Amino acid sequence: MIRLAGDSGDGIQLMGSQFAVSTALAGADFATFPDYPAEIRAPVGTTFGVSAYQINLGGGPITTAGDAPEVLVAFNPAALKVSLPMLDKGALVIVNNDTFTARNLAKAGYDSDPREDGTLNDFQLVTADISHLNLEAVKEFGLSKSEGGRCKNFYALGMLLWMFDRELAPVEDWIQRRLASNPTMRDANIKALHAGHAFAETAELSANLSQIDLPQAEMEPGEYRSITGAEALALGLAAAGELADRSIMFCSYPITPASPLLHRLTNLAEMGVGTFQAEDEIAAICAAIGASYGGMIGVTSSSGPGIALKTEAMGLAVSAELPLVIVNWQRGGPSTGLPTKTEQSDLYQAVYGRNGDTPVPVLSASTSGECFDMAIEATRIALRHMTPVILLADGYLSNAAEPWRIPDLSAFQPITTNPVPDTDESPQRRAFTRNPETHGRAWVIPGMPDLMHRIGGLEKDVESGHISYDPANHQRMTDLRAAKVDSVADFIGDQGIEQGPDSGNLVVVGWGSTYGPIYQATRRTGVSFIHLRHLHPLPRNLGDLLGRFDKVLVPEMNDGQLTTLLRDALCLEPIPFSKVTGQPFLIRELVEKIEAVRGEAS
Amino acid sequence: MSDKLTPKDFATSQEVRWCPGCGDYAILKSVQKALADVGADPKNTAFVSGIGCASRFPYYVETYGFHTIHGRAPAIATGLKLANPELDVWVVTGDGDSLSIGGNHLMHALRRNVGLKILLFNNEIYGLTKGQYSPTSRIGTKSPSSPKGSVDTPVSPGQFALGCGAHFFARGVDTDKVGMSDVLQQAHAFVGTSFVEIFQNCIVYNEDVFANFTERKTAANTQLHLKHGEPMLFGENNGKGIRFNQETWSLEVVDATASPDDVLIHDESNAILARLLIDLHMPVAMGVIYRQPAVSFEHTFYAHHPTRMQRTKSIADVIKGPSSWTVE
Repeated sequence: MIRLAGDSGDGIQLMGSQFAVSTALAGADFATFPDYPAEIRAPVGTTFGVSAYQINLGGGPITTAGDAPEVLVAFNPAALKVSLPMLDKGALVIVNNDTFTARNLAKAGYDSDPREDGTLNDFQLVTADISHLNLEAVKEFGLSKSEGGRCKNFYALGMLLWMFDRELAPVEDWIQRRLASNPTMRDANIKALHAGHAFAETAELSANLSQIDLPQAEMEPGEYRSITGAEALALGLAAAGELADRSIMFCSYPITPASPLLHRLTNLAEMGVGTFQAEDEIAAICAAIGASYGGMIGVTSSSGPGIALKTEAMGLAVSAELPLVIVNWQRGGPSTGLPTKTEQSDLYQAVYGRNGDTPVPVLSASTSGECFDMAIEATRIALRHMTPVILLADGYLSNAAEPWRIPDLSAFQPITTNPVPDTDESPQRRAFTRNPETHGRAWVIPGMPDLMHRIGGLEKDVESGHISYDPANHQRMTDLRAAKVDSVADFIGDQGIEQGPDSGNLVVVGWGSTYGPIYQATRRTGVSFIHLRHLHPLPRNLGDLLGRFDKVLVPEMNDGQLTTLLRDALCLEPIPFSKVTGQPFLIRELVEKIEAVRGEAS
Repeated sequence: MSDKLTPKDFATSQEVRWCPGCGDYAILKSVQKALADVGADPKNTAFVSGIGCASRFPYYVETYGFHTIHGRAPAIATGLKLANPELDVWVVTGDGDSLSIGGNHLMHALRRNVGLKILLFNNEIYGLTKGQYSPTSRIGTKSPSSPKGSVDTPVSPGQFALGCGAHFFARGVDTDKVGMSDVLQQAHAFVGTSFVEIFQNCIVYNEDVFANFTERKTAANTQLHLKHGEPMLFGENNGKGIRFNQETWSLEVVDATASPDDVLIHDESNAILARLLIDLHMPVAMGVIYRQPAVSFEHTFYAHHPTRMQRTKSIADVIKGPSSWTVE
């Protein structure tokens, strides 16, 4: 639900109705709720002069205008003041900076600037100089300041249309008709509309309406906070460092939508977290590998294109048997693709995408809060097995806020690694002594006395660790690397069922951020739901579990990658359900597909 | 360590696999000697390399060593230095590794002034891939990938380094034990990135490409060995000197006996002089050409980190965020 709020003279109702028109034409359900002041022109900037318009769009059939807006566009401090109590924590708040003057703040009854005093800590704040940018955009039309200013609602509308992927054309048509008699204002408004759209695109503003609202009644007792995936992953990495009693060195290069993790981690320095902004994606993973070689937990993060650049270095970490955590905030591809739109299309890249036989464990996070747990799990696997680990998240999780039950860290086992063997063997052999169950080698780091040895990307002797081109040895090392990643499955436990019976006609299998809509859709239809967190290797019991169902439906935001993976690993023939529009699944779409598949004869 | 280590203590059990006669052997000996001379502690010393003939180097030095991937050694070494600033970290690289595929990482290591000792073995050719022209090859270099001669303008390692904001640039010749010993010790002592270009003779694919100034017999007349604060003299009995020609803004050779007052005094902190010296073709400038002390990147990184990378808070102190609520 989106709430637009400003002065009654700001043209809020017009903007709201135009957004609704554009939404309807995009095929989404919506319900609207105009919220005018009683006075047609109440005093400017006051709380009783606030005019608002609410639009509810989203998944299922919509019957009301919703209770709590998830997005607020506040044109002035008074609009913010009136609207803020209606919002749930984590809502996206867009404010027009230009109106946040001392005078307007006072008129709205604010003693201090809510943008800076912590009032908006629980929300995702986007600030833009909307008045100023709008006036710049329409400068060429020679309008007076007040005439030009009236175009700002269309400027803001342009921003919203970008953020929610709605069409510009219906609104433009409307302006053409409505202002046919005043060509200057017509053209200025159209210009403002396009300028706002371009601004949002350039600033890479994105918004994701959450697909799942857990009713209060379903929440387990406990202490909760609002959290985004980026926040949870940052906290999870810091917690992993604490559990392993090692510092975290996070090395990354800015990329949408991965950068929020870098920003969050800079605030966790006192947790023994360092952040290094490298010169490129390759340097970022290489510096992380260097840090791991030096005894810290090296972590890097990016999105698909950046991950592609890092693949050669991942192979080095596999060969050198060094721990490393690689986080991929997936976005639409190929190439630059859709930087601000979410997708799950890097699964092949994660599982199969390296030169040589180079297996790497792959995990995924299902919800924003679960990014915390999976960051710990990824680090645990990396240190236990001495391997790089890929953690798949996506653009939706990065920004989506949800209520999160605050975990008790004492419930997590310490993260351990392999001790250096106390033997008389050469340092080179001691460094490559491996745990028979995890195949993880001892983490020998420079600075340790009497253990000087050499590592590298050339194939090495399975025992001595020296360079080896011996044919039989390469076979053994290849087998060892495969066995190491396979052994991860010995530690991850059995796959469970999210809901529904553990056998039957149909099971829906998901992974990653589609958890919310699949959960809702399977609850409504009463079919079984299995959600994967460990994608490579898969849980040992998964084949048996899926074998108890006649049909396996796999909805995913890609062209069928988990479907391929399950076919490959388990010889199953799942039914794929792909969606690659850059938008999360709608509950309704999933319900329809489930009904259709259930109706077919097996 | 009670006993002082000798160069032999820095040799590994591994068979050295460069071509017989390769300049790398002499460099390896000089580095092992320098490590002994400066009293390097093997457990606190790490050699990081990329890919290429030069990058085999870490296997032959009895310290910690990491043979990584093509061009990326400065980035990996940067992460290592950040994880443990106490380590002496050396990067060994070649002209293709550092100036072609890895040019970006070299640039950023230099401008950050990370505490790395970067040894560039420049032989103006790709050796390990069998002799293609490299980014430092002169125009017209005939090679398997340029049978009619290469057409690319070569990069000057020294000019590249200074352009990147390097704080230390020195040069040596692979077989010049005395010069190399001095340059390596100075590089070791420098705080920040010390970048050393070593003219290295590839006996198989680019033999004698530097012979016009590295031949021992004529070296006195073809090499200018620089010492900070001392006149730039060379030749038999130091009979020749270098002076600055104010009309052409360039350096030129002068008879040092006839015009001793014209001879320039080396000032290694002068970046403009350094640029002129790098481009001096005969004689060729050796030794520390440029040195400008500066704070190292890792020092600033730790100084700016509120807890110097230590954990002073538990996750429990921050996990609740700005506000939380309780569900009964």
